[in-house]
Amino acid sequence: MRKKGFSVIGKPLPKVDAMAKCAGETVYADDLHLPRMTYAKLLRSPHPHARVLRVNPERALRLEGVYAVLTGKDLPEKFGIMPATQDEEALALDKVRYVGDPVAAVAAVSETLADKALGYIDVEYEILKPILTIEDALASTDESARIHTWNRRANIQKAVSLEFGDMAGAFAQADHIFEDTFFYQGNTHLPMEQYCAIGFYGPDEKLTLWSSTQTPHYLHRALAKVLGLPASRIRVIATPVGGGFGGKSDPFSHEICVAKLSMITRRPVKITLTREETFYVHRGRHPVKMWMKTGVKKDGTLQAMHFRSFLDGGGYSSYGLASVYYTGALQTVAYKLPAYKFEGVRVFTNKPACGPKRGHGTPQPRFAFEVQLDEIAEKLGMDPTDLRLKQLTEPNTVTVNGLRIGTTGLRECIEKVAERAEWKKKFRKLPFGHGIGFAASTYISGAGLPIYWNDMPHSGVQIKLDRGGGVTVFCGSTDIGQGSDSILAYATAEEFGIDPADIRVVTADTDLTPVDLGSYSSRVTVMTGNATIEACGKLKKTLLEVASEVLEVPADDLEFADGRVRSQSLPERGISFVECVQKTEAKFGTLGATGSYRPPKHPANYKGSGCGPTPAFTFSTAIVELHCDPETGEIKIDKVWIAHDCGRAFNPLLVEGQTEGSVYMALGEVLMEEQIFRKSGLHKIPSILEYKSPTTLETPEIETILVETNDPEGPYGAKEAGQGPLLPVIPAVSNAVYDAVGVRIHEIPITPDKILRAFDKRLKPVSIPDYQFPPPIKWQPGEGVQVPQKS
Amino acid sequence: MAIVDRSSKEKSRRKSFVFEEGGGKIMLRLRVNGEIREVATEGSKTLLEVLREDMGLTGTKHGCELGECGTCAVLLDGEPVLSCLLLGVEAEDAEILTVEGMMRDGKPHPLQKTFAALGATQCGYCIPGVLLTAKSLLDKNLHPTRDEIREALSGNLCRCTGYTKILQAVELAAKGEEAT
Repeated sequence: MRKKGFSVIGKPLPKVDAMAKCAGETVYADDLHLPRMTYAKLLRSPHPHARVLRVNPERALRLEGVYAVLTGKDLPEKFGIMPATQDEEALALDKVRYVGDPVAAVAAVSETLADKALGYIDVEYEILKPILTIEDALASTDESARIHTWNRRANIQKAVSLEFGDMAGAFAQADHIFEDTFFYQGNTHLPMEQYCAIGFYGPDEKLTLWSSTQTPHYLHRALAKVLGLPASRIRVIATPVGGGFGGKSDPFSHEICVAKLSMITRRPVKITLTREETFYVHRGRHPVKMWMKTGVKKDGTLQAMHFRSFLDGGGYSSYGLASVYYTGALQTVAYKLPAYKFEGVRVFTNKPACGPKRGHGTPQPRFAFEVQLDEIAEKLGMDPTDLRLKQLTEPNTVTVNGLRIGTTGLRECIEKVAERAEWKKKFRKLPFGHGIGFAASTYISGAGLPIYWNDMPHSGVQIKLDRGGGVTVFCGSTDIGQGSDSILAYATAEEFGIDPADIRVVTADTDLTPVDLGSYSSRVTVMTGNATIEACGKLKKTLLEVASEVLEVPADDLEFADGRVRSQSLPERGISFVECVQKTEAKFGTLGATGSYRPPKHPANYKGSGCGPTPAFTFSTAIVELHCDPETGEIKIDKVWIAHDCGRAFNPLLVEGQTEGSVYMALGEVLMEEQIFRKSGLHKIPSILEYKSPTTLETPEIETILVETNDPEGPYGAKEAGQGPLLPVIPAVSNAVYDAVGVRIHEIPITPDKILRAFDKRLKPVSIPDYQFPPPIKWQPGEGVQVPQKS
Repeated sequence: MAIVDRSSKEKSRRKSFVFEEGGGKIMLRLRVNGEIREVATEGSKTLLEVLREDMGLTGTKHGCELGECGTCAVLLDGEPVLSCLLLGVEAEDAEILTVEGMMRDGKPHPLQKTFAALGATQCGYCIPGVLLTAKSLLDKNLHPTRDEIREALSGNLCRCTGYTKILQAVELAAKGEEAT
């Protein structure tokens, strides 16, 4: 019944919300104003590590215009995004764990008064010694030095050790062993929109929370838990998000506090965080130290890898459990690796908690791996692209750590990017100070498992057909700028053969829309797209039954196209879509349907195998050409070529936009962005002026090459595009710096001072902490469950 | 060691008092998007706050309120200014243009059309400031080079797009080609 070709998919259509955004009509959280609204502010700890002995709000409460003050005792229930590590409190109960940890919340008649009232809350602290580095956290095994008390070993949030394949045997067969250390400094998302939330507990005893969040469903659960309200009385609405990149994926103190303040004041309560607060809330890229030992044959064939990662987690767990596993999970996916051992540890330190940022846990090891491969190629006298091409993983295979690879377009990505950049003409042939570098990568199109264990769908869609021919799509997905609202409209328009303009999308509202788990892990297009197709399919079956009767054409000869339901063999025989809807409603009653999606089961079954599986892997390659001034160490990027295997470009404009944005964000990370702290625990540069990020002047020309592999798991073959293309750019810059000036930089960001120190041989290798990892869990392919595959 | 973080010496015996917010309100007369608007507001408010809070013109966004990101840019007599660094009273004699005033007779400005058509807006939060800054450029320079566009927009941060499609959209609008 599928007609040839597509009418909507693959077309460079504008996003459904584009004109509203260009007209200034899109209503972000801080643009909302409700009658009787009051304003909240949080009192934050000035100390990185201290016991909270006393919080006295009395003086603040005496101020006229101050309606309520909350302290830790008002919200004692702990929460956190991962069920196993619920270690956050909305307001510190007995301890603060980073500068900026919230201690009290005020609601007042104006934001100015709320801010001033903070100065009238008396807090008594007992200052504790802060732990600010990975080394100090690992060394502070003393029980008295603990940041948290729930974890098994002091200041270790999670330590993992996994071993796959015959490590000893594989290393024994290697002709060369490469051993390197790396450091990837932390950085933050810096969305242009600061955090903002509004809570309103209405006279109907129901709570509504509007928030700039990427995960309204998880926030819904956290609110129910901490506030002690049934989830059925809570409605979470994710407003259009003014930039997320992972930073708005946790439930946050400010969201819980405005809800609670509204329950007390019975008025709407709004909070908008300042830019400085946004730097402290963070949840961004983990600083990671890495050790990578790789064995290769003379011809460059990878034999085995032993990899260790040390993650500086900050004061709370956040997504840390997943973060640590992700640093180890995807090393096996791009190239064949017969044996692999991964050891990782995430420590607590007295700094803002790290969490998921675009690429979540994988940019750091990808940097290490791709730089080391460049060094391997150099040592063996091979071209770095040839070294990769000879050992790419095959489609429809399972990796040594049990990850199922479906389609792969990596070969085409390498070949095309090399051709466009004229790689062979330039590599090792450019004059001193001018260089070119290559790297490849892989990423997931959505996590294979939900954050909390359940058997329900990851994404749900509900569709309503109107007698006027309009179609409304309801879905919990959250548009953070990536275009997830548009994806729903495009898929629905494609299925019904109608204009996307006739479709209305209602999203990210827990009262109105079926659950979608949220905008994280590059999951939305694959999961909501499939759910939409399923919902449309059910309606189409009913519509076709009626159309077949009316037109006297067998249903299997009918198609939905050009706003009509018509015969494929005799296209003039048909009825309009509107008429078909009306006749069907007359016969069957009100028309609506639901669709849902769950990722396929994954083959591996060891503890920790939940991080890594995905419906489909994407692959990316980057070539970076740059100039490096040998006098100043300054880097100027001339051009970036990026190839990305996106399965099928659902809308090439959007896929290009995600790819270009990923390249931009990668350049910020590799060249300048740093989330760094003083010994006092204060952020060194908590402002946009000092936290450097690329402007139009630093962002080079980006040439995007989309490679289409038509993945059977993806809707119309589509895979992700929002995160994967960030990954190869960072090592490609490091490799290009080596090509330009002959120094290897194993630290991110690659700043001029590091290059100059490397010239003088003063850039020391990254030191790796001494740490005894737990004994490994050993697993071999074939030990898990057999999983049927779509073809 | 126990310390008291915020001094309790200043503890007030008064049961309550009202903070003085700069001594009441003043009447501002502003010309915004071709309309004359009068608002009673605090003299200490920035133009950004007056526009958003007193006039309901929430199309103008804020990213830092410190003059660092360009998000709150509006046009004052055709020149881009950061509305977070200007007091409302300072804008009294000027012609103010915000993103809401870019449409004319219900029709979008060519820049709005090309930004929408080329996918130059992702999250869209920086876009009002970018559009107005680009409009100011095109009003003075009909055919800017790419480097001139880069220079003009270098004070407007965008974290989503990598600027590529923004630059293309400005160029397309300058060419007068209306994208469909």
